[in-house]
Amino acid sequence: MSFLRRSPWILHYDASSCNGCDIEVLACLTPLYDVERFGIINTGNPKHADIFLVTGSVNERNVEIIQNLYRQMPDPKVVVAVGACACSGGIFARAYNVQGGIDRVIPVDVYVPGCAARPESIIDGVVRGIEALEGKRALARRQRGEKTA
Amino acid sequence: MHPIFFGLLFLALAPVFGGLVAGADRIVTARMQSRVGPPLLQPFYDAGKLFSKTSRQINPVQEPLLLGHVTMMAVTGAMLLGGTDLILTTFVFALAALLLVLAAGSASSPYSFTGAERELIVLLAVEPFFILMMAAICKVTDASTYGGVLASPKLVALEIPGVLLTFLLVAVVKLRKSPFDISTSHHPHQELVKGLTTDMSGRLLAYVEIAHWYETALLAAFTVLFFNWNVGLGLVAFAIGYLAEVLVDNSTSRIKWQLLLRFTWTVTLLFCAGNVLALFVLGV
Repeated sequence: MSFLRRSPWILHYDASSCNGCDIEVLACLTPLYDVERFGIINTGNPKHADIFLVTGSVNERNVEIIQNLYRQMPDPKVVVAVGACACSGGIFARAYNVQGGIDRVIPVDVYVPGCAARPESIIDGVVRGIEALEGKRALARRQRGEKTA
Repeated sequence: MHPIFFGLLFLALAPVFGGLVAGADRIVTARMQSRVGPPLLQPFYDAGKLFSKTSRQINPVQEPLLLGHVTMMAVTGAMLLGGTDLILTTFVFALAALLLVLAAGSASSPYSFTGAERELIVLLAVEPFFILMMAAICKVTDASTYGGVLASPKLVALEIPGVLLTFLLVAVVKLRKSPFDISTSHHPHQELVKGLTTDMSGRLLAYVEIAHWYETALLAAFTVLFFNWNVGLGLVAFAIGYLAEVLVDNSTSRIKWQLLLRFTWTVTLLFCAGNVLALFVLGV
């Protein structure tokens, strides 16, 4: 088992969420769920993060911020869209200032449904994210191997 | 056995010791918060992961400075156990910390710069104490090396209890514990408090972690100086002191840097300098 799998650090960004999903993300850190058991840390710095957890939909104001945070994260990295709004825009999808789900602006690896998404499903989404992270690392290794060969 | 052997032993074993202490710290902290906490080896998993990530260097001096930080921190411990003059090692210790300040200050991020400034203030707060501490230890034991202090018939902790008390308070700063964690902290990974490491990613951040393991081992070595009759006794004292600091960490909130500076200098002057002065007056 690689170290990446045992130490996924998360960057949580509230795009334009109603805070419902954000509360559930924070609930994952409480004694009941305690995600630190799996080595998961909620970091505030994109340069330290492996998993980008986004709640809420993309609007005209935060599109640049989301892209900027994504670009600042070092590879390998994955994006987990948490909640209906982050997946598709949710009930705000047709609002005049909303562009839609997170996948409109950055590549999303895992979609976690729910309004609000439950802590169990968020943790499940992060675990799927770790698998995607492993896949990306293996891919990067293969590509490096091809280059040197 | 030649003291250089112990110096080399420190170079090899200190990161293991420091990493295990950090892992135990995270478990104890979690238990104090009614959580289960990560595995004991979590700090090693974190460092291993950081080495496997891509590292973005924002300027050409950042990595050499951080490598210098780790190296100097390791060399401080090796010099201490290897029989160098005790007071000289405190200067090398300060230099190691200064390299981290320079690495953080070389970044253009305002958070990183604020972190560097705060770390300088931390240095300003604790360095006078370390020099006074070593001077006091040298004075009571009539020795200037680590081996000399360990061979002394006097128990340092009983001779200079004021200095030991100040050491316990200053160690909170060096161990990055609340309420003195103004430049960087173990827990809240947020902008200002993690400011020092804002622009460090991948292996650059791993260097900072490993340097902190060396620093923890160094503080354990300092604790042994106070309980110089028996190394085991010193390590038990370190474990008890560390537990007390985790408790303080979990029950206090962060203070402002002005208070940190006032507090450490007042305590250093009152207990540490007072203790040294008393030694001279009593002619011990």
